[in-house]
Amino acid sequence: MAMTARQRAKVSLYIQAGIFVVAVAALILATDWKTVGNSVFNFGKIGPMFPGIILVGLKNTLIYTALAFVVGLSGGLLLALMKLSTFPLYRWIATGYIEFFRGVPALLVFIAFGYGVPLAFGVSWDVNIVVMVSLGMVASAYIAETLRAGLQAVPKGQMEAARSLGMPMWRAMVTIVIPQAFRIVLPPLTNEVILLTKDSSLIYVLGLTASQYELTKFGRDGISSLGAGLTPLLVAGAFYLVITIPLSLLARKFESRSARTKR
Amino acid sequence: MNDVVIPSRNHTGSVHAAGVSIKDLRKSYGSNEVLKGISLDVAPGEVVCLIGPSGSGKSTLLRCVNLLEQPNEGTIHVGGFEATDLDVDIDKMRRKVGMVFQQFNLFPHLNALRNCTVAQTKVLKRSQAEADNVAQANLDRVGLGHLADRFPDQLSGGQQQRVAIARALSMDPELMLFDEPTSALDPETVGDVLSVMRNLAKEGMTMLVVTHEMGFAREVADRVVFMDGGVVVEEGVAEHVISSPTQGRTKEFLKRVLDPTHIEIAE
Repeated sequence: MAMTARQRAKVSLYIQAGIFVVAVAALILATDWKTVGNSVFNFGKIGPMFPGIILVGLKNTLIYTALAFVVGLSGGLLLALMKLSTFPLYRWIATGYIEFFRGVPALLVFIAFGYGVPLAFGVSWDVNIVVMVSLGMVASAYIAETLRAGLQAVPKGQMEAARSLGMPMWRAMVTIVIPQAFRIVLPPLTNEVILLTKDSSLIYVLGLTASQYELTKFGRDGISSLGAGLTPLLVAGAFYLVITIPLSLLARKFESRSARTKR
Repeated sequence: MNDVVIPSRNHTGSVHAAGVSIKDLRKSYGSNEVLKGISLDVAPGEVVCLIGPSGSGKSTLLRCVNLLEQPNEGTIHVGGFEATDLDVDIDKMRRKVGMVFQQFNLFPHLNALRNCTVAQTKVLKRSQAEADNVAQANLDRVGLGHLADRFPDQLSGGQQQRVAIARALSMDPELMLFDEPTSALDPETVGDVLSVMRNLAKEGMTMLVVTHEMGFAREVADRVVFMDGGVVVEEGVAEHVISSPTQGRTKEFLKRVLDPTHIEIAE
């Protein structure tokens, strides 16, 4: 007897699940667990990574990300406002900046700021400053586009109402439009922080001293000193999740909240 | 509705009303001329309703008065200000001119009370306590004093519009502009908003109202101005213009508005 459309759909789902299970089983069977166990899941030898990976690696990753986010947010807001300006020069500068820094790899920006700028101006920068400026500048390009979209999503009537009450342009922006724009972009902005957290791993190119190691560099250092294969990197990776998963949950919470209040 | 209780003017003192004088006003968007030389005087304390088909330029005219639209030619005087003077302090002038929008445009991130205080504290530099008092008095005035802590999305359309009126009144304006204040409302909430406006008119506020509410215009307006195609076609005492229009276009428009079943093509 022929199946109904609903039965066919159900069977199709069972087949898909079956294929998935078979594929996973094949991967598990094909894996050389002895070798992998020694070089990736060798948790017996990673004891010396603690508590350094938390007190140095995690701490520095958080600091670098926070510094870069502060610069990225203020720079991004400035760029977003410039991009929406009626004065063409501002728009051109903002567009050029955003296209450039979104277009080149963050790694190259780090090298430019870590080595190029000190050479060019004869200054030597603290690593915190280099990270703050270079990662912040990259972040501001991304955040600018997010904020621009948020500012444009605030209905025009809000600005008109604020101006009608006698508020000057800047006051209407600061008090009425920008707070609403931030509310709108809170979920994508949280995602920017997650990206920033991971991009902070690229500053290893600056040649950090041991106390400046962030998570990835700390993990790489462990590879050469502990003899546990790649296991230290796995541990470092897990600590990134400790930062990023709560942020993801936060973003989801913001999303559901804004969906509920339709604001 | 019985929650609309509007005390007489003793809350904020007597209204200090300003007049408006518009001369030969022209406004174009590109090659599309929306206002083709409009002249209109509104005396202090007078209530004037602008009526006319959509696209006739009445909203644009209203928005020119507080410079939300920049006119191309002509002059506008509002109270002691010449709005069309390029040197005019726009923000200072706008403090005297309350504006009520079709879509309310309340600030969604602020509750009703803060909607009414934000410009008082930031623009008029009133203390928070004083601003709160003024805002509460004006929310009471529009019958919503008990909903001061609600956010806009927790209010009905009619309630939002009354908060918007309270917000404008909290700046102690000398002139109120209404841009189709009831067009976006559910029919059952229109009455509350109109009764707030009626009381405002009784208190002696100068009001310029773009509206399709002919009953309101007939009852409350001192004068009705019928616009079509960017010009004033007919103006005069409300009762006369609405009940016995002299111009063909006015007659045609009123016939359609007062007897909507005769509309052949829906807008």
